[in-house]
Order: sequence, then C-alpha cells, then structure tokens
Amino acid sequence: MTPIEQYLAPATLDEAVGILQQGEVTILAGGTDLMPQSKAGRLAIKRTLMNIRRIPELKGIALDNDAIRIGALTTITEILNDPLVKEYLPVLADACDHFASDQIRNAGTLGGNIGNASPAGDTLVPLIVLDAEVELASKPNGSVTTRRLPLAEFFTGPGRTKRAANELLTAVRIPLPKAGHVARFFKFGTRPALDISAISIGIAGVIDNGVISNARVAFGAVAPTPIRAARTEEALEGRRLDEATIEAVASAARDEVNPIDDVRATAWYRKELIHNMTKRILDHVAQA
Amino acid sequence: MSLKHDIGFTLNGVKKRVTVDVGMTALDMLRDVVGLTGTKYGCGEGECGACTIQVDGLSMNSCLMFAVDCDGRDLVTIEGLAADPRADALREAFVEHGAVQCGFCTPGMVVQAAHLLATHPDADAETIKRGIEGNLCRCTGYKKIVDAIESACCGGK
Ligand SMILES: Cc1cc2nc3c(=O)[nH]c(=O)nc-3n(C[C@H](O)[C@H](O)[C@H](O)COP(=O)(O)OP(=O)(O)OC[C@H]3O[C@@H](n4cnc5c(N)ncnc54)[C@H](O)[C@@H]3O)c2cc1C
Ligand code: FES
Ligand code: FES
Repeated sequence: MTPIEQYLAPATLDEAVGILQQGEVTILAGGTDLMPQSKAGRLAIKRTLMNIRRIPELKGIALDNDAIRIGALTTITEILNDPLVKEYLPVLADACDHFASDQIRNAGTLGGNIGNASPAGDTLVPLIVLDAEVELASKPNGSVTTRRLPLAEFFTGPGRTKRAANELLTAVRIPLPKAGHVARFFKFGTRPALDISAISIGIAGVIDNGVISNARVAFGAVAPTPIRAARTEEALEGRRLDEATIEAVASAARDEVNPIDDVRATAWYRKELIHNMTKRILDHVAQA
Repeated sequence: MSLKHDIGFTLNGVKKRVTVDVGMTALDMLRDVVGLTGTKYGCGEGECGACTIQVDGLSMNSCLMFAVDCDGRDLVTIEGLAADPRADALREAFVEHGAVQCGFCTPGMVVQAAHLLATHPDADAETIKRGIEGNLCRCTGYKKIVDAIESACCGGK
C-alpha cells in the first residue's frame, strides 16, 4: 500500500475535476465504505485523497425540467426526508428507510453508494427500475464537460463502474414518473437492522386499466453487479396482474438470476427468495 | 511516515486545533490526540454505535469518519452532553430505569438518544427502537434503554 502523499478538500466542482485530471486520486465522501475498507486493507487509498464534502454543487435535490436531480453528496437521511422524493419517488425513500442505521444514513451519501458499486447497494436497484441516469463531470482539456449514462449500464463488477479515473459522479437524474406509475422495493437480510441485503428486488411499471407497460425489474445481490432482468420484464410487459401472470413472472425471475453461495445465503435460498418475494410484491400490487 | 494535516473544529462548544494523520478515524483523534475517552471503540466497523458522536447536529459513527473531515465542523461528544442541561432528563432517566449495566454502550447510546429526541421530540417506543438500531447493548436487553428514552422524551410524563 502506497502512503497517502496529499490531502485536498476542494471547494468547487471545477477545482475537484482539475485535481482528478492529475491522476492517482481516491475520492472521499461520507467515508462509511472507504474508512472500513481501507483499514481492512481491501482498498488502497491512492496518492491523493480528495474530500469532496465541501463542494456545494454536489448537494441538494431539485426538479430539473422533467426529472428529479439528486446531487451526489446528498445523504441517505436527506433523501429519506425530502418532500420531492416522498411525493414522486416513494420507492427510493422506502429503500433509504431500510438502509443501515441512523448514524450511517446521516453520513453516507448517494454518490458513495453508487461509487462503492456493491451488488447489494440498496439505492441501486430502486434507481435502476426508475430509469435513473448518472451524471459524470471531467475536465479533459481545460473546461468542465459532463456526460450521462443509464445507471443500469454503469456497473461492470463488484466495486467497478464505467466511471473514468478523471471523472466525478456529480448527480443522479430520475425522470418524473408518469401517471399510474407504481414501484416497489424489497430487501431481505437476516436481521431487521443494519444488514447487507441477501437479495433485493425492485419492480416498476405503469398500470393503465389493469395492464402493465414500461415494466422494469431489477435484482440486487444475485450477481457481481445489480442487474436489470430483461426476461422477467418480458413476462410482465403488456399483461394483466392475474394469478397466471404473477406465477410466470416469479418463475422467470427465479430462472433469470444466477446467485452464489456466501455467508449471507446459499444460491438455492436466494433463488427461492427471488421467486417467492417477486410473487408477494406482485400479489400486493394486484390487490392494491 | 504517514501524512499529517492540521484541522480546526468546535468540540463541545470550544474551538480546537489539532494535527492528525490523514488516514486516522475521528474516533482515534478524539481518544488519542484530544484525550477525550468517553467515546468508545467497540467494533471499528460501524456496527455497534459505541463511537457515536454528533457532527453538525447529526449523529454519526466516529469510527467511520476521517479525522480530517472534522475540519470546520461542530462536534459534540458524551463529555459535551454531560455538561449540557438539555441532556439532564436523559441522563437521569438512564439512571432511574437501570438502563446502564456494564456501561460500555452507554455514551454512544446517550448521544444517539439525544439526537433522536432532538429530531423526534414525540418519539414513541417504536420510533425509539428504530432510532437506536445502530447501537448494540450486550447487557440490558434494550427494554430499559427504550423505557428510559421514552420517559425522557415526554419530559418524564
Ligand atoms: C455497518 C455498515 C452498514 C451498512 N449498511 C448498508 C446498507 O444497509 N445498504 C447499503 O446500500 N449500504 C450499506 N453500507 C455501505 C455504505 O454505508 C454506503 O454504501 C454509503 O452510501 C457510502 O457512502 P459514503 O458517502 O460513505 O461513501 P464513501 O465511503 O465516501 O465512498 C464510497 C466509494 O465511492 C467513491 N465515491 C464517493 N463519492 C463519489 C463521487 N461523487 N464520485 C465518484 N466516486 C465516489 C469513493 O471513492 C469510494 O470508493 C453499510 C456500511 C457499514 C459500515
Ligand atoms: S466502534 Fe464505531 S460503530 Fe462500533
Ligand atoms: S450496558 Fe453493557 S453493553 Fe450496554
């Protein structure tokens, strides 16, 4: 492990992306992943440690045309208590309510949850079914440029994303849900609090006259990254939520995931959970 | 040699300046650099809450926080609450209800409870239980702790 040679706490986005451009930088937000991972030797901090917490452009939740923009530094607690999130994205608030503990929600940020790129990251599955995009900023030739990527395509492996080394994740953009939009999140851990998900499920769609369109299904902790489940979505798209559809979707879900055995659950148990909980979520939606 | 950095912050209402290792936790800074040992090290991984402090009015695990990130912020530890008359009811309730056995979890529990009461002045038992999800106690079985917080919450109703 190379020792940290430089600590910087830039006050503007422009400064921060300038620092990233020099290379060999580890980004620090709330530190709730970075500190335990670096202490355990699972992650080596690079030559420069850059604390982004003092950059005002990365904070806040706002309506931006037909989307809600959540700054990367927004904490889980701030998302949980935000009136826009409560009104338009209750499924995200629900996921934040089942996230770690009060202390960790007060420190941990949305950008950190995405940057950590854990297959079990709890905001990732709901954001994927909400068609969220990440916004990335860099300063390759003297001026700041940004690009956007669908979150569903952002993760490439545990702890790995398509973010280039010179890019900073600045925000997440979520299109405003249409009328009739329904979304649900379910997380299963082995105890009610402070648990990393053994599996998580996000399901969303627009219900019009009992028929589902724009079906979105995503799963956490059943693959190296959170995944969008195309075949499960197909089983749901254009259907009515009757018993036969619900069983077909739940079976498609079980067939589509390919989880591993680990300390939290066996692969078999995870597949059964995915089937049973997908069914339960859809039963609830059908009854609502 | 690990890299050092100078920081300044408010600690229990008093301005402080210290030099810390850049990779150090806020918990190690409080205990080993400043010398306030009321804040406890339990797990060092965010699981137990023994290290809970308040930063800018919000409770956090000091074992997960980089000491350098305290720069410019307002920190309150259990020592600060001990001198704060607003925490009187809470301290007395812990004693009255026998919510303290070995006492190791108590500083973190009281700091978390103070934050809970500040953000949810009319918390019921359910809200209190959820509020202390990040604080482990190996002795009391939590019942007396929840009772103590509940009674302090409603001004000892
Ligand atoms: C005890 C415990 C329980 C937990 N429980 C849960 C849980 O229930 N659910 C869950 O999802 N997570 C959980 N976590 C993990 C963690 O708290 C979250 O992932 C949190 O959102 C991380 O945010 P942070 O700001 O603390 O990130 P940091 O630790 O500061 O950063 C995390 C990673 O993201 C990178 N990063 C941060 N911000 C940016 C940015 N703007 N641009 C690019 N890269 C960036 C960092 O370089 C680092 O690699 C838990 C952690 C602990 C210790
Ligand atoms: S020592 Fe910080 S949570 Fe246990
Ligand atoms: S009183 Fe002993 S751990 Fe709580």
